[in-house]
Amino acid sequence: MRIIKVMSVVLCSLGIAFAAMAKDMNVGFVYVSPIGDAGYSFAHDKGRLAVEEMDGVKTAYVESVKEGPDSERVILNMARKGYDIIFATSFGYMDPMLKVAKQFPNTVFMHCSGFKKAENMSNYFGRMYQARYLSGMVAGAMTKSKILGYVAAFPIPEVIRGINAFTLGAQAVNPEVSVRVVWTKTWYDPATEKEAAKSLLDAGADVIAQHQDSPGPQEAAQEKGVYSIGYNSDMSTFAPKSHLTAPVWNWAPYYKQIVNQVKEGTWKAESAWPGMDAGIVKLAPFGPMVPQDVQDTVTAKQAEIASGAFKVFSGPVKDQQGAVKIADGTVANDETLLGMTWFVEGVVGTTE
Amino acid sequence: MQRFRIIKRQERLGWRSCFILLTAIALALLLSAVMLVMRGTPPVEGILTLFKGAFGSRWAIEDSLIKAIPIFLCSLGVATAFRLQIWNIGAEGQFALGAIGATWAALTFPELPKPVLLSMMIGAACIAGGVWGMIPAILRQRLGTNEIIVTLMMNYIAILLLEYLVYGIWKDPASYGFPMTPMFSEQAIVGKIGTSGVNSGIFHCLVLGVLFWIFFTFTRTGFELKASGDSVRAARYAGIPYNYLVVLVMVLSGALAGWAGFLEASATINRLQPSIMVGYGYTAIVVAWLARLNPLNIAITSFLLAGLRVGVESLQLDMQVPAAFGGMIEGLILMTVLASGFFVHYKMVPVRKQ
Repeated sequence: MRIIKVMSVVLCSLGIAFAAMAKDMNVGFVYVSPIGDAGYSFAHDKGRLAVEEMDGVKTAYVESVKEGPDSERVILNMARKGYDIIFATSFGYMDPMLKVAKQFPNTVFMHCSGFKKAENMSNYFGRMYQARYLSGMVAGAMTKSKILGYVAAFPIPEVIRGINAFTLGAQAVNPEVSVRVVWTKTWYDPATEKEAAKSLLDAGADVIAQHQDSPGPQEAAQEKGVYSIGYNSDMSTFAPKSHLTAPVWNWAPYYKQIVNQVKEGTWKAESAWPGMDAGIVKLAPFGPMVPQDVQDTVTAKQAEIASGAFKVFSGPVKDQQGAVKIADGTVANDETLLGMTWFVEGVVGTTE
Repeated sequence: MQRFRIIKRQERLGWRSCFILLTAIALALLLSAVMLVMRGTPPVEGILTLFKGAFGSRWAIEDSLIKAIPIFLCSLGVATAFRLQIWNIGAEGQFALGAIGATWAALTFPELPKPVLLSMMIGAACIAGGVWGMIPAILRQRLGTNEIIVTLMMNYIAILLLEYLVYGIWKDPASYGFPMTPMFSEQAIVGKIGTSGVNSGIFHCLVLGVLFWIFFTFTRTGFELKASGDSVRAARYAGIPYNYLVVLVMVLSGALAGWAGFLEASATINRLQPSIMVGYGYTAIVVAWLARLNPLNIAITSFLLAGLRVGVESLQLDMQVPAAFGGMIEGLILMTVLASGFFVHYKMVPVRKQ
C-alpha cells in the first residue's frame, strides 16, 4: 500500500511538472539541405529564428534529412518527443508526414510544397511564381543577346511553373526573348549547378536564373561577366557584380501566424497558398546596375500583383507547340497551376 | 625517449582482437567528444544523447533495425563478390534494379494474393538485380574490362533508368506531376511484425544471412570461391571453373542488393520514387570491409552504423549539432577501426636500452 501511495505522489508531481513545462511550446523543423546552403533551407530557418524569438516558444531543427524513410523517422521522433507543431519543408516529406500524422492526432503537422492534408495536417507553399514573373521582367530588360539561361532543378510542376512565369515576365518587356532550360536533377550540388550555368553561357545566354539552393550559377555568371537572378534568399554577396535581384522567401510572418493560431486554439487544417499579398514571397533589393526606369516598372507591377489587379497566368498563354493552353480573357485556376507540366512558348528545352 | 619495435604476432589473437576493436571505437568517440567541446556542446551529454537516440529505447532500437535491413542485405551482396576478390562497387545500381523489378511486379499484378505477389516481387527483384550484376561479370571475363569501373558506371545508368520510369510511364496520374508511382496495393506490402515498427524484412535478413554462412562453409562451390579468392592461378590449376564463379558471385551479389531494393520499396516507402536511392549501396562497401566479410559481423556492423545515423538525428534535435557531425563521426570510426587492423597482426615492443 505504501508503495502505491509513494508512486501516486511521484506521478502527481510528475504531472504537475509536465503541466508547468507544457507552457513552453515546442516547434520542430525538418530541412532537406544544410541551413548553410544560403538557399531554400536557409530561408526556412530564418522563419524558424523569428518563431524562436516569440515568447514561450522553443524551436529545434534537423537538417540534411533525406526524403523517404529517413524523414519519416525524424518526424516520428519529433512527435514522440512531444513537439506541438512540426514543419516539414520538402515535397518528399509528404507521405511520411501523413503516416505520422495519423498516429499523433494531437500534434499539428505542417507540410510545405505538397498537396495532401489530414485533420491535423496542413499543406502550405508560397506563390513564388509571382516573384519569378517580376525577376523575369528584370532579366528581359537587361539582356542584350535576348537569350536567358535557366538552371532548373527537377521537372516537377513547381519548377516548370517558375520557368513559365519567368518567361512570361521577360516576354512582357522584351517579346523576342527566349529562355533556355538545363535540368540538373539536383536541389543542392554547387559544382553541377555551376557547370550547368556555364553550358547555358556557352549557348549565348547573358542572364542566368536558377531554381537550386546553391549560389553556383551566380558565380558562373559573375566569372563570365554577365548578369544573374538568384533564388530563395538574397544571393548578392556571392556575386555582387552580376546579381540583379532574386525572388526570395519570407516565411517569418506565416510561421508566426501558425504558431499563434495553435496557441490560441484557432488553428485548422487547410491548403494554404499565400503570395505577395501576404508578403511570403518578394523580390530581393535590386543591384546597382538595374536602371531606375526598370526598377520603377517592376515595382509598379509588384504592387499590381500584390493587390490582385494582375494575375501572372492570364490568357492567352500558348505552349511550345503554339496551342492555346490558357484562353484569352481567362485566368488559370490553382488546379492548373499545381499540375503544370508544359512549357510556355519561348522556352527552349523539354519538360522530361 | 622510449622507442618501439614492430613485431609480427606469433600466435593469433582470436577473440581477444575485439579489445583492439573496442579501443579503436573508444578512440573515435573520444575524438568526437573533443569536436563537440570545440563546438561548445557538453561532450558527455552529447555522446549519451547519441547512444540514447540510437539504442536507448524500444523506438530507437526499432528505428536502427529498420535502417539496418537494406544496409545488411547490400553488404552481404558485396561481401559475396569481395570474397572472390571481385570488386563489385555496383550494389547501388543493383539495389535500384531490384526496386524497379519489384515495382514492375507490384504494378502489373496488384490483385494477386499476398504470398504469390510478394514471391513474384522478390523473384523479379533478384532477377533484375542479378542480371545487372551479371553484365559487368561477363564483360570482365570476355573482354577483360575492369569490373570496378563498369559496376560504378552502371550505377548511374540504373539510377537514370529508375528516374526515367518514375518521371515517365510509371508516374502516378494523381500526383500532380510529381515523380512517383502509385501506392502499392495492400498485397504488395511487406507488413510490420506485430505492434512493432519493424517490418518482416528482418526475417528475410536472418534467413539470407544463415544461407550465406551455410553456402560458404558447407558447399563445394562455397569452398571453391574461397580458394579462388586466395589465389586465382592456383584455383585455375586445380580445375576450378573460375569464369563461371565470377559470373555466379556477381549474380548472387546483384540479387542480394536487388532484394534490399525490393524491401525498401515494398516495406518502407510502399511505392517507387527517386528518393529511394540514399546511398545504401556505397555504405554497404564500408560495412563489408569493417566486418571483414563475415556475415555475423556484417549484421552487427550494419546495426551499429544504422544506429549511429539514427542517433545523430537525436543529437541534432536535442543539442542542435549540425548534420555534418554524423559524417565526421562515421569517418573517424572507419579510420580508427581500419587502422587498428594493424595491431591484430603486429605488436609494438619497447626497445630496451643497452
